[in-house]
Amino acid sequence: MELPTQRYRVTRADLVRYAGASGDFNPIHWSESFAAKVGLPGVIAHGMLTMALVGRAVTTWAGRPDAIVEYGVRFTRPVEVPDTEEGTEVEVSAVAKDTDDPALVRLDLTATCGGVKVLAQAKAVIKRP
Amino acid sequence: MGLDQSFTGRSYPPSAPYQVGREKIREFATAIGAEDAAYHDPEAARALGYPDVIAPPTFPMVLSMATSRQIVEDPALGVDYSRVVHGDQRFAYSRPVTAGDELVCVNSIESINARGGHDFLTTRSEIGTSAGEAVVTVWTMFVVRGEEG
Repeated sequence: MELPTQRYRVTRADLVRYAGASGDFNPIHWSESFAAKVGLPGVIAHGMLTMALVGRAVTTWAGRPDAIVEYGVRFTRPVEVPDTEEGTEVEVSAVAKDTDDPALVRLDLTATCGGVKVLAQAKAVIKRP
Repeated sequence: MGLDQSFTGRSYPPSAPYQVGREKIREFATAIGAEDAAYHDPEAARALGYPDVIAPPTFPMVLSMATSRQIVEDPALGVDYSRVVHGDQRFAYSRPVTAGDELVCVNSIESINARGGHDFLTTRSEIGTSAGEAVVTVWTMFVVRGEEG
């Protein structure tokens, strides 16, 4: 069963806020010049921020903030965040599948930014809503 | 110059206890835009059966990222951190992290593989309360890019 797509806007201010809350102060997430020096196209979002946004989509679909039993992703492409008011947008979609355990549902997740997949093998197992 | 695969299975001493604070959970939830009441309001969390606010699912990274430095900065293992990229991330939960928890991380090296000139280092953090209750297991795969990469 396909679940309704969720969209999350990400701006530079979100990256600063996430850096502070998570303790991940890697300058690739806030410094244009540092990002360029290590060969990145620009400032990029923390992979863990993208994973957190996808986690929001999962708990939204589950209808409970504590529904996730397992959750994993592979980071494949960086989410570039321009220094604009709009920033960028991460779009999350999912297909729900039964598991061997009737109490659990598996979600196969897709996260894209500008039409490009930013995660691979993104999966969550949740308690059946 | 790949990583020494004999480090596979090595376990590190438990981390210093981490006190999970209600305001830290609220700050983290706000930073990711998570508005669910149980992340912010103790009453809402109690209605779900928890003693205090619960943390969003990726919150355990706050601890595991800090404590896994004992592996990536182990001089004997010799990871060049400037070449490290976060490859993948996985969590298996017994229950959500909750304000008031005192958590300890026990880190170990789950696997080391070399492929295409890069090293793939997977760490495993068993996070539980200092009283011994299992809370969440966290796997992090670091890609250590090769010299040519």
